[in-house]
Amino acid sequence: MSLLFNMMVPLIIAAVAVYGMLRRVDVYDSLVTGGKEGLATTVRVIPALVGLLTAVYMLRASGALELAASALSPVLTAVGIPAETVALMLVRPVSGSAALGVGAELITTYGVDSAIGRTAAVMLGSTETTFYTIAVYFGAIGVRKTRYAIPAALCADLAGFAASAFAVRLFFGG
Amino acid sequence: MAMAVIWTGMVVVSVVCGLLTGNGEAVATAALEGAGAAIQLSIAMAGTLCLWMGVMEVMRRSGLAEKLSRALKPLLGRLYPEFRRDEKVMESISANVSANLLGLGNAATPLGIEAAKQMHERGRRKGIASDAMCMLVVCNTASIQLIPTTVAGIRAAAGCTTPFDILPAVWLASIISVAVGITAAKCFGRLWRNRA
Repeated sequence: MSLLFNMMVPLIIAAVAVYGMLRRVDVYDSLVTGGKEGLATTVRVIPALVGLLTAVYMLRASGALELAASALSPVLTAVGIPAETVALMLVRPVSGSAALGVGAELITTYGVDSAIGRTAAVMLGSTETTFYTIAVYFGAIGVRKTRYAIPAALCADLAGFAASAFAVRLFFGG
Repeated sequence: MAMAVIWTGMVVVSVVCGLLTGNGEAVATAALEGAGAAIQLSIAMAGTLCLWMGVMEVMRRSGLAEKLSRALKPLLGRLYPEFRRDEKVMESISANVSANLLGLGNAATPLGIEAAKQMHERGRRKGIASDAMCMLVVCNTASIQLIPTTVAGIRAAAGCTTPFDILPAVWLASIISVAVGITAAKCFGRLWRNRA
């Protein structure tokens, strides 16, 4: 089972390439064109990442994160979420690049294969920048009264955070 | 603006808290470390991101993305019963969902906005979110990405040899999150109607 998941990436790449060739797509040209966009995305997030990581490093050094984590830890441990991820959960709905910065910091500090590092990664992968998305969608079509869109979306976020911690425990133990 | 408040808050809290807890020196050092770390992180994750955006482009050009979109239609008809017979709206919604699944965020947003626009045009009450619009937005705020490339990039950058081993956990968490979002939207939809 674990070999299957580890082999998933090369298998997907190979399958997509073969399918592309069968459909007479210039696979290599697509790969390069798409790759350019990936690079552009990276460059676009650099300024935000610099600002955010500076703030996160300061916050961590000041001891404020530990204070917030220990204040919220009874609630979080009750639902099985590592208290260290509190900053990530707070910025996730507001800013994608901020969440990326905070998450990357957790992953490098506690280790990629630690429960905290994995939970942070799963949280990043299974939730979205809620407020940004809502603002973009309703702003674009000119809807002012958003009714229950925000509370419903936040329910999904909270469930996603708790589910991330649960899923990491389920698949990796601990 | 929200980010401006949050960022300023983070910096001010760090300085105040650092001074109060005697960590002032550490905060000063940390303020100079973050910027360099951000650049290192960006360089390290650029490779994974480039590769996957390339693979996604192959999927798009070969029609795989479109196939996925067609496969999703029956399922989406149940989520948006009022538009089940409206080909145009259903097409936009399924294109939006499949772009999300493939992690094509840049493509998903315009497609989703297109769907929201069509819903708005067909609705009677202008300027107010309909149940379908709320559902569409909730589904777009709950990430349903099949291959979370950015996260994998970060993990690879941090020295992980199997950055994709979190896939099953991400899928499970996403499914739970989306399910709760859809249930919440359906429940709130009923509540809000009664109150109005």
